[in-house]
Amino acid sequence: MTDSAIIMRAVNKFYGDFHALVDIDLTVGRGERIVICGPSGSGKSTLIRTINQLEEIRSGTILVDGVELTAGGDNVAKVRQDVGMVFQSFNLFPHMTVLENCTLAPMKTRKIPRAEAEATARHYLERVKIPEQAEKYPAQLSGGQQQRVAIARALCMKPRIMLFDEPTSALDPEMVKEVLDTMIDLAQEGMTMICVTHEMEFARAVADRVIFMDKGLIVEENAPEAFFNSPKNERLKNFLGQLA
Amino acid sequence: MIREFSSADILFIVTAARWTLILSAIAFFGGAIGGLLIALSRSSHSVLLRRLAAWFIQVFQGTPLLMQLFLVYFGLSVVGLPIDPLLAAAVALTLHASAYLGEIWRGAIEAVPSGQTEAAKALSLSYRDRMQHVILPQAMRVATAPTVGFLVQLIKGTSLASIIGFTELTRAGQIVNNATFKPFLVFGTVAILYFALCWPLSLLARHMETRMRRAITR
Repeated sequence: MTDSAIIMRAVNKFYGDFHALVDIDLTVGRGERIVICGPSGSGKSTLIRTINQLEEIRSGTILVDGVELTAGGDNVAKVRQDVGMVFQSFNLFPHMTVLENCTLAPMKTRKIPRAEAEATARHYLERVKIPEQAEKYPAQLSGGQQQRVAIARALCMKPRIMLFDEPTSALDPEMVKEVLDTMIDLAQEGMTMICVTHEMEFARAVADRVIFMDKGLIVEENAPEAFFNSPKNERLKNFLGQLA
Repeated sequence: MIREFSSADILFIVTAARWTLILSAIAFFGGAIGGLLIALSRSSHSVLLRRLAAWFIQVFQGTPLLMQLFLVYFGLSVVGLPIDPLLAAAVALTLHASAYLGEIWRGAIEAVPSGQTEAAKALSLSYRDRMQHVILPQAMRVATAPTVGFLVQLIKGTSLASIIGFTELTRAGQIVNNATFKPFLVFGTVAILYFALCWPLSLLARHMETRMRRAITR
């Protein structure tokens, strides 16, 4: 149990009458890198959004680093400190500079002094290769740069798990690579990662496991090699056919 | 009996304008506090808070300000407080401003994209930190121009306090008119004074709106 970063058991989620997640069972090992793909509306984004409770579940249990998310108290806040998230639409705070975006949460939730938070922020901005943009506002940056800031902002909380919700879908094609390179870097350092993405090259390069979802169910999961070369499920075959 | 409209009358009217300003200031700052509470309640997760706030807004937007003044004025004695026009006007206008500012600010809070709240939650920021550092600063940009616009309405609205006998600008005009019987001259002067108070604010609101539009298209 201590070897698992995330354990989801019999998780169900509804939007009104719509059954968005159906009896999801998923265990993610520490340091494991998982890619989730599937058609739109399949529940893949919903699934990762339940892990930091941006979406509340109807039934089931979710354990993150041994903390039971649904047990109440300040468990949600605890889990969110350990789980970083990167969104499709970046969601940087537009009224703050890049540096302020990166230091707000560490200073407020981790109570880290400003000087230390800024040093950490500059370190991670260096790692995502945009240290020179620290004093700028998000609107002054390109999409790719904004997404790298968003990754740095999440890393500043020193999370043990990172969630990526279609991080390259809103980007112009020429900017996809710089964001993927940043994510590959992160993967190589042993970060536990769950990525919802259609970048199959990325999946091949870094994923330990690829999961295919359809209609709220995990339909198939396998190592990338087997997943892409010998898919068993009809729907997955169709899906992969459309991507090619 | 009927005397001339003199410079002493003008001075009397001008000094009475300070009560219009004081009343406006009390109602505006009181309304700012009340309005923030209303706006936060309206956009909260609690169904009870949302309903209460919605009900408060409907009551105060759905009844004339004059009735609100009357009810508070005569209500003071019902609850055993002395009948005091300033107190009554201040309370009624504060409630009135709370409802309107609450509705303006609710709209501004809801205009902030939901992704901002999600990102702040994902960073484990508390409700208070989310509001204080992420949502309200962005909502404020949207809200400033309509808030100044409402302040102009509020200043003009204080004229109704004259009816419960509070001697602000309009009431001063009535008093002078009763003595001089020069209504056009007297109320012309009163109107000019209101205009002098409100016009710069209207300009400011328009200026803010253009700046805001430029900031959005940037």
